[in-house]
Amino acid sequence: MEWNELLIRYGEISLKGRNRNVFVKKLRNNVKDALSDLKTVIIKSERDRMFLFAEDKNDMEEAIARLPHVFGIQSFSPVAKCEATLEAIKEKALEVIGADETAGKTFKVEVRRTDKRFPLVTNELQLEIGSHVLRSFPDLIVQMKKPDIVLHIDIRIEGAFLTAKVYEGAGGMPVGSNGHSILMLSGGIDSPVAGYLMMKRGVSIDAIHFASPPFTSDLAKKKVMDLAEKLSSFGAAVRLHIIPFTEIQQAIVSQVPDNVSMTTTRRLMLQIADKVREEEGALAIVTGESLGQVASQTLESLTAINAVTTSPILRPLIATDKLDIIDIAQKIGTYEISIRPYEDCCTIFSPSNPKTKPKLEKVSYYESFTDFEPMIKKAIENRQIVELPLQQKDDFADLL
Amino acid sequence: MVYFDNSATTAPDEGVLTSFIEVNKRFFANPASIHLAGKEAEALLERSREQILSILSAPDGELLFTSGGTEANNLAVIGFARALLARGNHLITTQIEHPSVLHSMRHLETQGFEVDYLSVDEQGMISVEELKSKLRKDTILVSIMHVNNEIGTIQPIAECARIIKENSRALFHSDTVQSFGKLPVSLTGDGPDAITISAHKINGLKGSGILALRKGMTPEPISYGGGQEKGLRSGTVSVADAVALAKAIRMSATDVEQKDFRQWRNRLIEFIERFENVRVLAPDKAAPHILAVAFYKVKGEVAVNFFQENGITISTSSACSSKNGTAGHVIEAIGLNGKFNNGVIRISFGKNNIEQHVLEFEQVFARFMELLGRGNK
Repeated sequence: MEWNELLIRYGEISLKGRNRNVFVKKLRNNVKDALSDLKTVIIKSERDRMFLFAEDKNDMEEAIARLPHVFGIQSFSPVAKCEATLEAIKEKALEVIGADETAGKTFKVEVRRTDKRFPLVTNELQLEIGSHVLRSFPDLIVQMKKPDIVLHIDIRIEGAFLTAKVYEGAGGMPVGSNGHSILMLSGGIDSPVAGYLMMKRGVSIDAIHFASPPFTSDLAKKKVMDLAEKLSSFGAAVRLHIIPFTEIQQAIVSQVPDNVSMTTTRRLMLQIADKVREEEGALAIVTGESLGQVASQTLESLTAINAVTTSPILRPLIATDKLDIIDIAQKIGTYEISIRPYEDCCTIFSPSNPKTKPKLEKVSYYESFTDFEPMIKKAIENRQIVELPLQQKDDFADLL
Repeated sequence: MVYFDNSATTAPDEGVLTSFIEVNKRFFANPASIHLAGKEAEALLERSREQILSILSAPDGELLFTSGGTEANNLAVIGFARALLARGNHLITTQIEHPSVLHSMRHLETQGFEVDYLSVDEQGMISVEELKSKLRKDTILVSIMHVNNEIGTIQPIAECARIIKENSRALFHSDTVQSFGKLPVSLTGDGPDAITISAHKINGLKGSGILALRKGMTPEPISYGGGQEKGLRSGTVSVADAVALAKAIRMSATDVEQKDFRQWRNRLIEFIERFENVRVLAPDKAAPHILAVAFYKVKGEVAVNFFQENGITISTSSACSSKNGTAGHVIEAIGLNGKFNNGVIRISFGKNNIEQHVLEFEQVFARFMELLGRGNK
């Protein structure tokens, strides 16, 4: 089936009032970015919907495959165009309906006759096309209320436009339309999901990761890069800041009692993240914390950790069950990466009995004997910044 | 030299050889290792797997790298018979399968399985009615080759698949070693559930092949060890072989000019039919690259030798059955007249052949006929 254009419907953007064009423009740019390598694609945005044209059939198919990942799109439909004559519409209607499974499905025809010169009125045309389709697809059942398939026919001066299939979009807001934040990306299952959910709300992100070589390997680093790259596939480039954390961790182990070392570690990570946030001009810090999941995520721990900054800390997963988080991770394709079995900086130095209810005063007291400031400064200065997605260097292509 | 024995094996493609050597140099690590080099090798292995599955139009299918067509056929027949034993113990195949299927079936018969061997007509064609009548409630596996390696008959695979699906719960395996790269082969829609491909028949390397399966189908392993390939085919996977095979498959799916083969074949049929006491074994539905010819009261070996001395390499009916000197099981199955059945030769084209080779063949053939004192009809 060859499609002439795609009709793209907006999600929450359509609730916007006078500033709607800002969101539409953002979405248009994001769609353009996501399809930048498809040479024949042309995008036309209007206040209520967007149209995508592609001369090359393969480009059109590829666009259909990619659009479900772009936030801000509620749904989209491939459109077939034909001459506005009864015979041409009849023929096209069969093609459009036949492009998908029909057995046992319910359907109806919906006509909008903008071009009033068309000889048949809306009702007549609906009847005419409906019975024609039924003759060719006897397994279809007519149903007016909530049918599986709505064959929509738009009669305009330029011709007749037919759609039937509706592809679900990712919903949400165009990435970048709601500001910029720093995501604390560990390599576990939760943090990429937290990043994904914020991106879905239109937030673009820089990710920050703590590495402790030689205790953590290059493979652990590669894993986090793959996660960040996966996130970047949802509509915006992601910069990854890799912080050398070995020195600080060793200082914590030697200076702070075992059972609060975890709390101190988190406090220092947050301080570093906050400084990077400031440098990057981001507004908030995003974490994958989920209440009560581990010792560092009890309300007491969160209080003690949060005390180092007044910047907003966004915790999109705070009230989400682990199994539901895993579901999302699997759906967005980060789960397979997250479960790769490499040590990260948290697991290596984690104490056997961390306090689940650390006291803020005590933690501050233990920390007061060490001056972490110069170490923090050095770690931030020596951070490695990776832009994702990486420029694809395909080592394998010529071998295959 | 004119090489007309491409159904026995083909010359490896230059690009395939380069890939094989490059991968052995640069990505020699064990793909099961957890270090970086191992991960790279694994990524390359998986890329090869994806590439092959996508060419077979089954991106979500399963793919097992094997040591060749024989192992893949063994794994399909014996592995699925064992895996599906709970459903029944009846299998169906044809009388003209490759020995790697036939002998696996015979082995299963000694293990308590029941096997029906479909007969073929004088064209080497099975009857779908017979297939339908042989299908039973407890039939667990049907294995039918796509293109016969000795006379080139194309079996109606899509129709078989439909009949098997409508009338049984049996799984359908097809040996596509001779057809892949010459005819459309895929795992989609109305095709088989499992197919075998061999690298060296499509300008790849010997010792390499695949068993490709639809999603979720798993045979019992027939060899045991480190659990590679999801435990279905133990043994360190040869990444270089996998890459070389992926390349050979890609090139044979795009490069081969099939229409020339068909033309050459038609031309030879017309040419040979002018002579007396020679019979062209040309089924109506035949692969474009295989042509078998039977001589009256002349041994195939004699013809092969004569052509060899005149610079043309052909074979008796198949390399796998050509050493024991008697008529092969395929020739017997099509019921060729006894005076002809020891005199079968096979001409098979490959991508290195050019039209000039066909002309040379005709000249040598005419001389051979002259020598035997058999003029034009």
